[in-house]
Amino acid sequence: MAVESARVTADVIEANEFPELSARFQVSGVPKIIINDRIELLGAQREARFIEAVRQAVAGAPAEGQSS
Amino acid sequence: MPIISPGNADQVRSYFAQHLQDPVTIRLFTRSRSLLVIPGQRECETCEETEELLREVAALSPSLTLTVHDLRTDPGAGVPYGIEPDLVPAIRLEGKQRGAVRYFGIPAGYEFATLIQDLADVSRGATSLGTDTIAELGALSADVHIRVFVTPT
Repeated sequence: MAVESARVTADVIEANEFPELSARFQVSGVPKIIINDRIELLGAQREARFIEAVRQAVAGAPAEGQSS
Repeated sequence: MPIISPGNADQVRSYFAQHLQDPVTIRLFTRSRSLLVIPGQRECETCEETEELLREVAALSPSLTLTVHDLRTDPGAGVPYGIEPDLVPAIRLEGKQRGAVRYFGIPAGYEFATLIQDLADVSRGATSLGTDTIAELGALSADVHIRVFVTPT
Protein backbone atom coordinates (compact mmCIF):
# COMPACT_ATOMS: atom_id res chain seq x y z
CA MET A 1 0.00 0.00 0.00
CA ALA A 2 2.93 2.32 0.61
CA VAL A 3 3.96 1.82 -3.01
CA GLU A 4 0.59 3.16 -4.15
CA SER A 5 0.07 6.04 -1.69
CA ALA A 6 2.22 8.93 -0.50
CA ARG A 7 0.16 8.91 2.70
CA VAL A 8 1.25 5.43 3.69
CA THR A 9 4.33 4.31 5.61
CA ALA A 10 4.66 0.54 5.73
CA ASP A 11 7.10 -1.07 8.16
CA VAL A 12 8.00 -4.74 8.33
CA ILE A 13 9.44 -5.36 11.79
CA GLU A 14 11.26 -8.51 12.87
CA ALA A 15 9.66 -8.98 16.28
CA ASN A 16 12.48 -10.93 17.94
CA GLU A 17 15.04 -8.23 17.20
CA PHE A 18 13.00 -5.42 18.75
CA PRO A 19 11.51 -6.80 21.97
CA GLU A 20 10.61 -3.41 23.44
CA LEU A 21 8.67 -2.41 20.35
CA SER A 22 7.02 -5.82 20.24
CA ALA A 23 6.06 -5.51 23.90
CA ARG A 24 4.67 -2.03 23.34
CA PHE A 25 2.23 -3.46 20.82
CA GLN A 26 1.72 -6.72 22.74
CA VAL A 27 2.95 -8.90 19.92
CA SER A 28 2.51 -12.52 20.91
CA GLY A 29 1.78 -14.02 17.50
CA VAL A 30 2.77 -13.07 13.98
CA PRO A 31 2.01 -11.61 11.64
CA LYS A 32 0.49 -8.86 13.72
CA ILE A 33 -0.50 -5.68 11.95
CA ILE A 34 -0.86 -2.37 13.75
CA ILE A 35 -2.31 0.61 11.89
CA ASN A 36 -1.88 4.11 13.31
CA ASP A 37 -1.03 2.65 16.71
CA ARG A 38 -4.62 1.54 17.36
CA ILE A 39 -6.17 -0.76 14.74
CA GLU A 40 -4.90 -4.32 15.20
CA LEU A 41 -5.12 -7.31 12.89
CA LEU A 42 -3.71 -10.73 13.64
CA GLY A 43 -2.71 -13.15 10.92
CA ALA A 44 -2.57 -12.83 7.16
CA GLN A 45 -5.36 -10.63 5.84
CA ARG A 46 -7.31 -10.46 2.62
CA GLU A 47 -7.03 -7.18 0.74
CA ALA A 48 -10.63 -6.20 1.52
CA ARG A 49 -10.13 -6.62 5.28
CA PHE A 50 -6.86 -4.73 5.14
CA ILE A 51 -8.30 -1.70 3.33
CA GLU A 52 -11.26 -1.73 5.73
CA ALA A 53 -8.78 -1.49 8.61
CA VAL A 54 -7.07 1.42 6.87
CA ARG A 55 -10.47 3.09 6.50
CA GLN A 56 -11.09 2.68 10.24
CA ALA A 57 -7.69 4.11 11.06
CA VAL A 58 -8.26 7.15 8.85
CA ALA A 59 -11.78 7.66 10.20
CA GLY A 60 -10.33 7.91 13.68
CA ALA A 61 -7.60 10.35 12.70
CA PRO A 62 -7.98 14.07 13.46
CA ALA A 63 -8.92 16.20 10.49
CA GLU A 64 -6.12 18.11 8.79
CA GLY A 65 -5.13 21.16 10.82
CA GLN A 66 -6.75 19.93 14.02
CA SER A 67 -5.11 18.30 17.00
CA SER A 68 -6.51 15.15 18.59
CA MET B 1 30.63 -18.04 2.30
CA PRO B 2 27.71 -16.18 0.70
CA ILE B 3 24.43 -15.93 2.57
CA ILE B 4 22.32 -16.48 -0.56
CA SER B 5 22.91 -19.93 -2.06
CA PRO B 6 24.00 -20.04 -5.72
CA GLY B 7 20.71 -21.61 -6.73
CA ASN B 8 18.65 -18.94 -4.99
CA ALA B 9 20.91 -16.23 -6.37
CA ASP B 10 20.23 -17.48 -9.90
CA GLN B 11 16.49 -17.45 -9.26
CA VAL B 12 16.54 -13.96 -7.81
CA ARG B 13 18.80 -12.68 -10.59
CA SER B 14 16.38 -14.05 -13.16
CA TYR B 15 13.38 -12.55 -11.32
CA PHE B 16 15.06 -9.17 -11.21
CA ALA B 17 15.89 -9.36 -14.92
CA GLN B 18 12.20 -9.84 -15.65
CA HIS B 19 10.63 -7.55 -13.08
CA LEU B 20 12.98 -4.74 -12.14
CA GLN B 21 12.13 -1.83 -14.37
CA ASP B 22 13.66 1.36 -13.00
CA PRO B 23 16.48 1.90 -10.48
CA VAL B 24 15.95 1.26 -6.79
CA THR B 25 18.14 2.39 -3.92
CA ILE B 26 18.32 0.10 -0.94
CA ARG B 27 19.19 2.47 1.91
CA LEU B 28 20.53 0.66 4.96
CA PHE B 29 20.91 2.21 8.39
CA THR B 30 23.25 0.11 10.48
CA ARG B 31 25.47 0.41 13.54
CA SER B 32 28.86 -1.20 13.39
CA ARG B 33 30.28 -2.77 16.52
CA SER B 34 32.04 -0.48 18.94
CA LEU B 35 35.42 -1.29 20.44
CA LEU B 36 34.08 0.10 23.70
CA VAL B 37 31.18 -1.18 25.75
CA ILE B 38 28.72 1.69 26.04
CA PRO B 39 26.32 1.30 28.98
CA GLY B 40 22.72 1.33 27.89
CA GLN B 41 23.48 0.74 24.24
CA ARG B 42 22.76 -2.67 22.85
CA GLU B 43 24.97 -4.01 20.10
CA CYS B 44 23.15 -4.61 16.87
CA GLU B 45 23.28 -8.38 16.52
CA THR B 46 22.09 -8.59 12.92
CA CYS B 47 23.53 -5.43 11.37
CA GLU B 48 26.61 -7.06 9.90
CA GLU B 49 24.68 -9.97 8.43
CA THR B 50 21.98 -7.66 7.09
CA GLU B 51 24.55 -5.54 5.28
CA GLU B 52 26.15 -8.62 3.76
CA LEU B 53 22.76 -9.96 2.68
CA LEU B 54 21.82 -6.66 1.04
CA ARG B 55 25.19 -6.43 -0.72
CA GLU B 56 24.51 -9.83 -2.23
CA VAL B 57 20.97 -8.79 -3.23
CA ALA B 58 22.17 -5.55 -4.81
CA ALA B 59 24.77 -7.45 -6.80
CA LEU B 60 22.03 -9.45 -8.50
CA SER B 61 20.81 -6.53 -10.61
CA PRO B 62 22.41 -3.46 -12.16
CA SER B 63 19.20 -1.60 -11.27
CA LEU B 64 19.92 -1.88 -7.54
CA THR B 65 22.18 0.36 -5.50
CA LEU B 66 22.99 -0.21 -1.84
CA THR B 67 23.70 2.86 0.27
CA VAL B 68 24.87 2.28 3.84
CA HIS B 69 24.68 4.72 6.73
CA ASP B 70 26.59 3.69 9.87
CA LEU B 71 24.91 5.38 12.81
CA ARG B 72 27.93 4.71 15.01
CA THR B 73 30.13 7.01 12.91
CA ASP B 74 27.31 9.28 11.71
CA PRO B 75 24.66 9.31 14.45
CA GLY B 76 22.44 11.86 12.75
CA ALA B 77 22.25 10.09 9.42
CA GLY B 78 18.84 8.59 10.15
CA VAL B 79 17.16 11.85 11.14
CA PRO B 80 16.22 13.08 7.65
CA TYR B 81 14.70 9.66 6.98
CA GLY B 82 12.78 9.30 10.24
CA ILE B 83 14.94 6.41 11.39
CA GLU B 84 15.38 6.14 15.16
CA PRO B 85 18.95 5.29 16.20
CA ASP B 86 17.97 2.18 18.21
CA LEU B 87 15.87 0.64 15.45
CA VAL B 88 18.66 -0.82 13.38
CA PRO B 89 19.19 -2.46 11.03
CA ALA B 90 16.65 -0.36 9.15
CA ILE B 91 16.14 -0.54 5.40
CA ARG B 92 14.34 1.90 3.13
CA LEU B 93 13.47 1.03 -0.44
CA GLU B 94 13.57 4.09 -2.68
CA GLY B 95 12.37 4.15 -6.25
CA LYS B 96 8.97 4.90 -7.74
CA GLN B 97 7.00 4.17 -4.58
CA ARG B 98 4.82 7.03 -3.40
CA GLY B 99 4.99 6.35 0.33
CA ALA B 100 7.63 4.82 2.58
CA VAL B 101 8.57 1.14 2.45
CA ARG B 102 10.79 0.11 5.35
CA TYR B 103 12.16 -3.01 6.95
CA PHE B 104 13.48 -3.26 10.50
CA GLY B 105 15.65 -6.24 11.31
CA ILE B 106 17.20 -8.74 8.95
CA PRO B 107 14.81 -9.69 6.11
CA ALA B 108 15.43 -13.42 6.46
CA GLY B 109 13.29 -16.46 5.86
CA TYR B 110 9.88 -15.68 4.42
CA GLU B 111 10.59 -11.95 4.56
CA PHE B 112 13.38 -12.38 2.04
CA ALA B 113 10.81 -13.25 -0.61
CA THR B 114 8.74 -10.27 0.48
CA LEU B 115 11.77 -8.02 0.11
CA ILE B 116 12.47 -9.29 -3.39
CA GLN B 117 8.89 -8.69 -4.47
CA ASP B 118 8.83 -5.27 -2.84
CA LEU B 119 11.94 -4.30 -4.77
CA ALA B 120 10.11 -5.12 -7.99
CA ASP B 121 7.00 -3.18 -6.90
CA VAL B 122 9.07 -0.16 -5.87
CA SER B 123 10.93 -0.31 -9.17
CA ARG B 124 7.69 -0.21 -11.14
CA GLY B 125 5.79 2.04 -8.75
CA ALA B 126 2.94 -0.44 -9.04
CA THR B 127 1.51 -3.41 -7.16
CA SER B 128 -1.06 -6.13 -7.74
CA LEU B 129 -3.64 -4.44 -5.51
CA GLY B 130 -7.14 -4.05 -6.94
CA THR B 131 -8.10 -0.86 -8.78
CA ASP B 132 -10.66 0.11 -6.13
CA THR B 133 -8.07 -0.28 -3.40
CA ILE B 134 -5.54 1.76 -5.34
CA ALA B 135 -8.09 4.51 -5.92
CA GLU B 136 -8.96 4.60 -2.23
CA LEU B 137 -5.30 4.72 -1.24
CA GLY B 138 -4.79 7.62 -3.61
CA ALA B 139 -7.57 9.56 -1.90
CA LEU B 140 -6.62 9.03 1.75
CA SER B 141 -7.38 12.06 3.91
CA ALA B 142 -4.84 11.28 6.63
CA ASP B 143 -1.48 9.62 7.02
CA VAL B 144 -1.44 5.90 7.63
CA HIS B 145 1.36 4.11 9.45
CA ILE B 146 1.22 0.34 9.01
CA ARG B 147 3.48 -1.82 11.18
CA VAL B 148 3.67 -5.52 10.37
CA PHE B 149 5.40 -7.63 13.00
CA VAL B 150 6.92 -10.83 11.63
CA THR B 151 9.43 -13.53 12.48
CA PRO B 152 11.88 -15.17 10.07
CA THR B 153 10.32 -18.65 10.19
